[in-house]
Amino acid sequence: MMNLLDTLIMYFQYPFVRRALVVGVLTALCASLLGVTLVLKRFSFIGDGLSHVAFGVMCIAAILHLSNDMLLILPVTIACAVILLHGGCRLKLKGDAALAVLSVSALAVGYLLMNVFSASANVSGDVCTTLFGSTSILTLTKSQVWLSIFLSVLVLFVYIVFYNKIFAVTFDETFAQATGLRVKTYNLLIAVVIAVIIVLAMKLVGSLLISALIIFPALSAMRLFKNYRAVIIFSACLSVLCAALGIVVAVVSGTPVGSTIVAVDLAAFLGACMIGGLKHA
Amino acid sequence: MALLTFEDVALGYNTAKVVEHLSFQVNEGDYLCIVGENGSGKSTLMKTCLGLIPPVSGSIVYGAKLKTTEIGYLPQQTAIQKDFPASCREIVLSGCLSRCGLHPFYRKAEKEMADENMKRMGITHLSHRCFSELSGGQQQRVLLARALCAARKILLLDEPAAGLDPKATAEMYTLIRQLHHSGITIIMITHDIPAAVRDATHILHIGSQPVFWGTKEIYQQGVFASSLSCVNQGGLP
Repeated sequence: MMNLLDTLIMYFQYPFVRRALVVGVLTALCASLLGVTLVLKRFSFIGDGLSHVAFGVMCIAAILHLSNDMLLILPVTIACAVILLHGGCRLKLKGDAALAVLSVSALAVGYLLMNVFSASANVSGDVCTTLFGSTSILTLTKSQVWLSIFLSVLVLFVYIVFYNKIFAVTFDETFAQATGLRVKTYNLLIAVVIAVIIVLAMKLVGSLLISALIIFPALSAMRLFKNYRAVIIFSACLSVLCAALGIVVAVVSGTPVGSTIVAVDLAAFLGACMIGGLKHA
Repeated sequence: MALLTFEDVALGYNTAKVVEHLSFQVNEGDYLCIVGENGSGKSTLMKTCLGLIPPVSGSIVYGAKLKTTEIGYLPQQTAIQKDFPASCREIVLSGCLSRCGLHPFYRKAEKEMADENMKRMGITHLSHRCFSELSGGQQQRVLLARALCAARKILLLDEPAAGLDPKATAEMYTLIRQLHHSGITIIMITHDIPAAVRDATHILHIGSQPVFWGTKEIYQQGVFASSLSCVNQGGLP
């Protein structure tokens, strides 16, 4: 036991571990908040689709040798989120089909470009890193950390200020619109915030596992609680806890960070299912 | 005093017309029932009243004191609400949102209003229960309380008794009748012609040309009622 504590203290003396923990916890917090809205709006898979778009753009950024790829990834992902959530009803392709098309084409085109134009000697290694996040959270620079903190605080602020409006829009769009709420504006807001979170979370768990960060805490909370505020608060707490635990375990045991966090989230979800089942029985 | 006046209005989505030549008037204290076959444009009419869809042609005049944001609305339930984790109080409170304006949270006045409307609907004891675990009748009462929070003078109800058992249906109509007696103007869509004729002051029958609009006494004498009631009576004895 003492040994483990010593190891932990030793690891936390490295700035990159502290950075990873801060960014990981903040990202997980934001993802879980919006996750509840997405799960309830039946958009659980949007995280997956948008993160593949972000992957495609990241490949393009890598080919162009952009020093700060966030500047390209963020606007393109936001644009796709807006098209999917906001303009979805006007497109010929509906909901999940549009999502699937966008998701696989971005993935394929990204990998293709990466292979054809890549300057790096280890293409599959680079691709693996962006897909599974593997070590990128441990190589964050100071400016990336500050950008993440800034974006997370912004997302939190927006979420708290518009909490009641987001609830109304999620529960009953028609009624909200009838009582004079600008539903389209709020859907747009939700789309933009989701895109920001996904771009943030890509560093943490990679683009294949983002959905887990978004849906698991929300689903776990919905198993246990039956009112909206409790669901939101519990899913935020659970997500923070799982992310912190996942990062610590990954650092100590040397497992990949992203998949460790997701494994912890999965375990928490299974636990919540069991407790929820017992409650009902 | 007229709260709502339709003058030769055509309804529909984009330019496809569902209903044409619609003219009627809703005065303060009226209880208007909108009847008609499936697909005749009843729900479209309601959405047009709420300002969610613009009319294809014609004019809609709102009474001097009525804003579209002051209309209470009871929509049909959606699939999303079936497993939504929300307490009744949270849902009723969301009806007060338009009163908050730019203020991000509910103030004391809104909370009191929500509690008062829950009391009025007899659901105070359910306030912390989960909406999706309630019976159909209780759920409708919650949504009606929410609509009352948004309404100042007028309530629009879209098939309030859809999917309810006979007892809950009767209770629902009694509640609506009480609201009407307390001075709220009601516009209701229904398939239930006997209930419409019993409670309403006016009937609007759309779907066939010409559209009927008038008091229920005239309606009962007309051919419209018989065209639908023969279906009701023609079933099993």
